[in-house]
Amino acid sequence: MLNRPAPFPDENRLEATEIECLRGFQSLFRSLSLAVEAGVGLQVRGANGSGKTSLLRILCGLALAESGSVFWNGLDIRKSAAEYRAQISYLGHRPALKGELTPRENLDVLGALHGRRPDGRRIDEILEAVGIKRRHERPSRTLSAGQQQRTALARVMLSDAPLWILDEPATALDDPGIGTLRTALRGHLDRGGLVIFTSHQPLLDTGELREIRLPGTHD
Amino acid sequence: MSSNNTAPAPTGRRWVWFHRFGSPAWIYGFSTRWAPVCGWIAVVLFAAGLYLGLVVAPPDYQMGDSYRIIYIHVPSAWLSMSSYAAMAVAAGVGLVWHLKVADLVARSIAPLGAMFTFCALFTGSLWGKPTWGTYWVWDARLTSELVLLFLFIGYMALSAAIEDRRTAARASAILALVGVINLPIIHFSVEWWNTLHQGSTVTQLGRPTMDTRMLVPLLVMFLAFNFYFAGAVFNRLRGELLHHERRTRWVQELAHG
Amino acid sequence: MTDHDQASSAQSLWSGFLSLLRRDLRIALRERNDLVQPVLFFVVVVSLFPLSVAPDRQLLQDAGPGIIWVSALLATLLALDSMFRPDYEDGSLEQLALSPQPLSLLVLAKAAAHWLASAVPLIVVSPLLAMLMQLPGNATGVLALSLVLGTPALSLIGAVGVGLTVGIRRNGVLLSLLVLPLYVPALIFGAGAVQSVMISQDPTPHLLLLAAFSLFTLAVCPLAAAAAIRISLN
Repeated sequence: MLNRPAPFPDENRLEATEIECLRGFQSLFRSLSLAVEAGVGLQVRGANGSGKTSLLRILCGLALAESGSVFWNGLDIRKSAAEYRAQISYLGHRPALKGELTPRENLDVLGALHGRRPDGRRIDEILEAVGIKRRHERPSRTLSAGQQQRTALARVMLSDAPLWILDEPATALDDPGIGTLRTALRGHLDRGGLVIFTSHQPLLDTGELREIRLPGTHD
Repeated sequence: MSSNNTAPAPTGRRWVWFHRFGSPAWIYGFSTRWAPVCGWIAVVLFAAGLYLGLVVAPPDYQMGDSYRIIYIHVPSAWLSMSSYAAMAVAAGVGLVWHLKVADLVARSIAPLGAMFTFCALFTGSLWGKPTWGTYWVWDARLTSELVLLFLFIGYMALSAAIEDRRTAARASAILALVGVINLPIIHFSVEWWNTLHQGSTVTQLGRPTMDTRMLVPLLVMFLAFNFYFAGAVFNRLRGELLHHERRTRWVQELAHG
Repeated sequence: MTDHDQASSAQSLWSGFLSLLRRDLRIALRERNDLVQPVLFFVVVVSLFPLSVAPDRQLLQDAGPGIIWVSALLATLLALDSMFRPDYEDGSLEQLALSPQPLSLLVLAKAAAHWLASAVPLIVVSPLLAMLMQLPGNATGVLALSLVLGTPALSLIGAVGVGLTVGIRRNGVLLSLLVLPLYVPALIFGAGAVQSVMISQDPTPHLLLLAAFSLFTLAVCPLAAAAAIRISLN
């Protein structure tokens, strides 16, 4: 299995202050503040359309908030964008896999884009840990939705980034898949990582879990 | 919209000015005051320029009276180019400093610029008929104006195609900036192409050596066009501001007060 | 938009660039449709022109360079959307934007891959089209050279256009509206080079201007396209 990686620095901290997010002219949320430290998971809850995905995209710097700022270790992420991007791994709604390439090839490229080219043995280990065996070496488009999600998860695990931002990581996963995801999350937090995620399922034990609820019409 | 209230306290005179300039309500008041002033100055100058150009100025010894269309054509052509530049500057300021008012200024300029461009093309082709015997000649200046019209249309089409107004403003700002640095190159390439293919010298509109009685009306008309442009931008800006800020208190008060 | 990156070394920049270039080429080779279709389009469009006028040798020679260049613009335009759209749809574009490497460099890698996969085939078949248009032998070489020098500008300007429109559904016509006016200098210098060699003039000034234009777009367009993509992803 995976050998134990080095822990992340304890002082890592993500903080967002007074975030306001608009959709059209409607304010989804305003004056939203949050903070996550090393070893803590934050679950973002809220009704459909309450802006969970928007919040995650603002936190990783893909979207601009109407007002407010996000700080990584005290630095505004807009001012130190490239450094911040090296610290995060984002899992969006779509798995970001090229259908023409095998899972292995996909991870190889995405790893290289994230800083340095990962070595092949580590890719194999991680793919095996998420349950994608070598015999699955065929174009990603032939994989099931669940297998694609597992591969996307493998990409996050491969990145070696302290901050994981995961949008519905449990989507399309079966029970063993969710088990793998839980193990990965716990391992990451034990290592001193940070996780911010949305999910309709419990993925973490309450001890290490924090919650934030977005205002919405119902839920 | 409310970002002006929550931003850190500005220091220094420049920032006060900058802040006031960024305040939609202040800009709205400013535009409301200055739009009619510019409009009336434009009306007076138009009347004077047309009188001087159509009545006082003598006919051209070569082109007769048909040259008089330069009093519309040349200012239109000048304004079309400079309004593209102004639009790009406003869009760039909006993009870099996140100044919404600048985005709206760029948005207000675009249709006016397209109108001037169309005007320049239309009057150019009207002038072409008696001069060249045809409504359209691939003259360098007209060809450049045609490409400029396409650039304006592209800008407006892009900003109309994107639903989110802020994204639309930022995306079309990129296009305007790319367009404005390409414009001199396009202009140069068209000139280059024209000199290679035209061979013989073509009579150009607005030659540098002009009788003073012909030149003065041209300058007056140029001023008239500029004031018209300013007034029209202020007016369009008022509409854009009201639409964009329709949920804020100052617009509500304006509507109900 | 500030893609200054002090954190990663030159070596990792290079490896990111190469990985992405290799990935896109590999996809293009596995998905050969994207490779073949623009060329077929190019050949079909050019061969339609003689049918629409007359197979008159002089006429074809006069119009040939322009027709081939306009067809090359259209063929490039046809292939442009595939530069970022698949990446936008499967989420890869977000991952590119979240890479610590400068997005403009990654855009350049994608534009280079796109040029290799879509423009190089056009250059390869251009002698065939020169023959169809009855162009003399020396014009054939200049035509190919002008395409070599000019098509990078088409891909790079196209990258900005696609970056701006990738978030818009059904953007085909809009994309051509944005991009084609900006192609004017390439068209003028490219077709002009071939025409000048046919009237026994030196095509060098045209070719130099064409190369300068391509270099200019190389300097400006990756930055603009990167900014455009960040905006489209917002």
